[in-house]
Amino acid sequence: MKASELPAAAVFREIKERAESHVRELKQNKTYIMVGAATCGRAAGALDVLKAFREEIKKHNLDCPVIEVGCMGHCYAEPIVIIGKPGYPAICYGYVNPVIAERLVNEFILGENPCPEFVIGALEANDMLPSFQDFPRAEHEQKIVLKNCGHIDPADIEQYIAAGGYAGLAKILGMAPQNVIDEVKKSGLRGRGGAGFPTGIKWQYCRDAKRTPRYVICNADEGDPGAFVDRAILESDPHSVIEGIIIAGYGVGARYGYIYVRAEYPLAVARLETALKQAKKLNLTGSHVLGSDFSFDIQIFQGSGAFVCGEETALIASIEGNAGMPRYRPPYPAVQGLFGKPTVVNNVKTLAYVPRIINNGAEWFRGIGSRESPGTAVFALAGKIVNTGMVEVPMGTTLRQIIFNVGSGIPNKKSFKAVQIGGPSGGCLPEAALDLPVDFDSLQNAGAIMGSGGMVVCDEEDCMVEIARYFLEFTQRESCGKCTFCRLGTKQMLELLADFTQGKGKIEDIDLLEKLAGEIKAGSLCQLGRTAPNPILTTLRYFRQEYEEHITLGRCPALMCQDLIAYYILPDKCERSCDACVGECTVEAIYSHPKKRYKIIDQEKCVKCGTCLKACPPQYNAIVKLSPPSEVPEDNLKEKAQKSKP
Amino acid sequence: MSTRNIQVTLKIDGKEIKTRAGEKLLWAALENGIYIPNLCAIKDKPEPNASCRLCWVEIEGEKKPVTSCTVEVRDGMVVNTKGKKALDLSRAGFELLMASHALDCAHCSANGDCELQKIAKALKCSLKPKNLRPLRRELPIDDSNSLFTLDPNKCVVCGRCIWECRKHGDKAVLGFAHRGFKRVVTTFGDEPIGKDRCLNCRECVEVCPTGALAFKEKAKLKS
Repeated sequence: MKASELPAAAVFREIKERAESHVRELKQNKTYIMVGAATCGRAAGALDVLKAFREEIKKHNLDCPVIEVGCMGHCYAEPIVIIGKPGYPAICYGYVNPVIAERLVNEFILGENPCPEFVIGALEANDMLPSFQDFPRAEHEQKIVLKNCGHIDPADIEQYIAAGGYAGLAKILGMAPQNVIDEVKKSGLRGRGGAGFPTGIKWQYCRDAKRTPRYVICNADEGDPGAFVDRAILESDPHSVIEGIIIAGYGVGARYGYIYVRAEYPLAVARLETALKQAKKLNLTGSHVLGSDFSFDIQIFQGSGAFVCGEETALIASIEGNAGMPRYRPPYPAVQGLFGKPTVVNNVKTLAYVPRIINNGAEWFRGIGSRESPGTAVFALAGKIVNTGMVEVPMGTTLRQIIFNVGSGIPNKKSFKAVQIGGPSGGCLPEAALDLPVDFDSLQNAGAIMGSGGMVVCDEEDCMVEIARYFLEFTQRESCGKCTFCRLGTKQMLELLADFTQGKGKIEDIDLLEKLAGEIKAGSLCQLGRTAPNPILTTLRYFRQEYEEHITLGRCPALMCQDLIAYYILPDKCERSCDACVGECTVEAIYSHPKKRYKIIDQEKCVKCGTCLKACPPQYNAIVKLSPPSEVPEDNLKEKAQKSKP
Repeated sequence: MSTRNIQVTLKIDGKEIKTRAGEKLLWAALENGIYIPNLCAIKDKPEPNASCRLCWVEIEGEKKPVTSCTVEVRDGMVVNTKGKKALDLSRAGFELLMASHALDCAHCSANGDCELQKIAKALKCSLKPKNLRPLRRELPIDDSNSLFTLDPNKCVVCGRCIWECRKHGDKAVLGFAHRGFKRVVTTFGDEPIGKDRCLNCRECVEVCPTGALAFKEKAKLKS
């Protein structure tokens, strides 16, 4: 198209060759250690492991790079370490601590013992050790946006480039911007921020709104309880997001990009800052990108902890320097956004898909997932699940496959009760929905939303009323207070729910709650308010009986609501001579029966902390929770009365 | 604006109305004698607040009710301000406001001249919601100013007073503070409004739709 297109390709080829030789030097025919040091790893002690490896390598004076990488998604087994050694497949170790690190250096790197006792799996199939491909989850997983996560150093742009990064950018610089948008449209990519709006169409609106300058904003204000995919991507593979932003900028004809990232993600901010500096140095951003006519600059904007700023109009207000409060739409930001100019606001994951779509083509992307929702779904698995962490599966994978095959099911032999998808804007789906193929539309029909990809699994010990109350407490606290429905309506609903969890309220209050939920959904100004009732509506839809039991029987079937349970020591199970519970009780509420010596809880003193339940040795298992509290046998209560007589 | 002079014809509640293109539906209705409940609408503010959520109407061809303050008139538009869905939403919003309003008409200086009373009448609903529980914040009344009092417990957070006050530019004293349920109209640092910064222009009191901002004299007369 333009004379400048060829130089861009040539410039990039040079960059790429340099990057490849750098990575060859780093890893090829060499032993190397990669330590997963994203926030999840660090919380589990990855920095100590990193230090231990470095010290050990230095002690033995080895030529072995110790590389800090991001999160592989196996957060349950952090700290995670990958060791590559010539003659062996790359091996992934889990639950590594400094002592194990020392052993790995001494026995595997210096010796020939790969220490199979610490192995999670080898990265590629081999005849020595089980590999990830042998895991049941491998059958379902397909990594697109998480592909590089945990495998490259996020602070080293050359590793990203050697892994195929920025090739998409080099490619589009030779395309007409409209063709870039068409390609994304053809791919059927839908926004991963929640609602699933087609990305290409959003870009088109922005491009068609003629006014300039236009802006691209990456929405990295991930704030849902239970969602951490965006953080992991920013910490593990920031360049893929940056490349996506630049491509979006080229497509819509923007000059500036913003990354709106929450300040509570300090590591992500640091990674982005480094990444942006490196990209600028290689002229992947800045004026005349790779020698082309296209100029583009990206700036980081740190949000200060308001959940509502994840809503795009509030986000824009926040960047403009105003209070982070939403405004009515339309006009949508794509037409009238930042500083009144056309602005594309895309989620982190959405943008991370873009370079891969450009590289592999729209057809490739369409071939993955379901017809209406092409591509993969990325979820952050949390709650009562064995394999907490990140999963990426093609759209259309069922919840059962995600939770039981990929996530390995519910721990401690408990049974599955519900799964909460999409955070405070999403909903709780029951066991009957487990065979639901997950995509944007199926989740919406079931009452949940894809949201930012939080998936919190609940087992039989989780009370659905309490879950609804918990999420509502969150939205109520995070409401900006601008519009009537959200400001006052969420508070009304929260009061009702709080009463339910205490066994108060009338049975008609359930209908009132449902009515309010419907009104707030219809009447609120922004998506925060409109989706806030979803946890209530879905729990009412699937678990109404649990609400009713709370109110009519004062009973919490999951034995979770503090006010509706009592701790009780089964006299025939109590060992009598053991004083474990008595010693542990924080309020001295447990005493022995004057004659029979079994232990009794003084219900008036008991604060229901549950310490005694944990203290009771498993071989006796004599302490149980009862709901409603009136289930405690009367003679057990009477004992106390007798005792209190002088 | 070039659209200023273009005329648009639409029908509201069966009445044919001619108005300027680009006008918001709410103002087209109000200026033609059709009342739609509203609190936060400010005629000269370019961008509507759209925060009180009371001005719901139904537009033919659209599935859901919309807030009339945010919708521009279109030629041939057919609007119903009395549709059930719209009125239900308006009532729901109004009841939420009233459940958090320190209702005391008998001793309120706005009695008889109160937007809330007017809205209750228009929506044919009680000032005291039946099902909702009263959620009051019991905030202190600021009576430090010699001319007027500020009672946040009667405030509906519409922002009209702030809009007027901000016309004084950097001499403005009123603003919103806090978030969510705690959102409140106040001064910087919650300084008493009677301190010397207020210019006593009285505009805020004039525009207050409730008795939240009230002249002291009037209150005295009433009592």
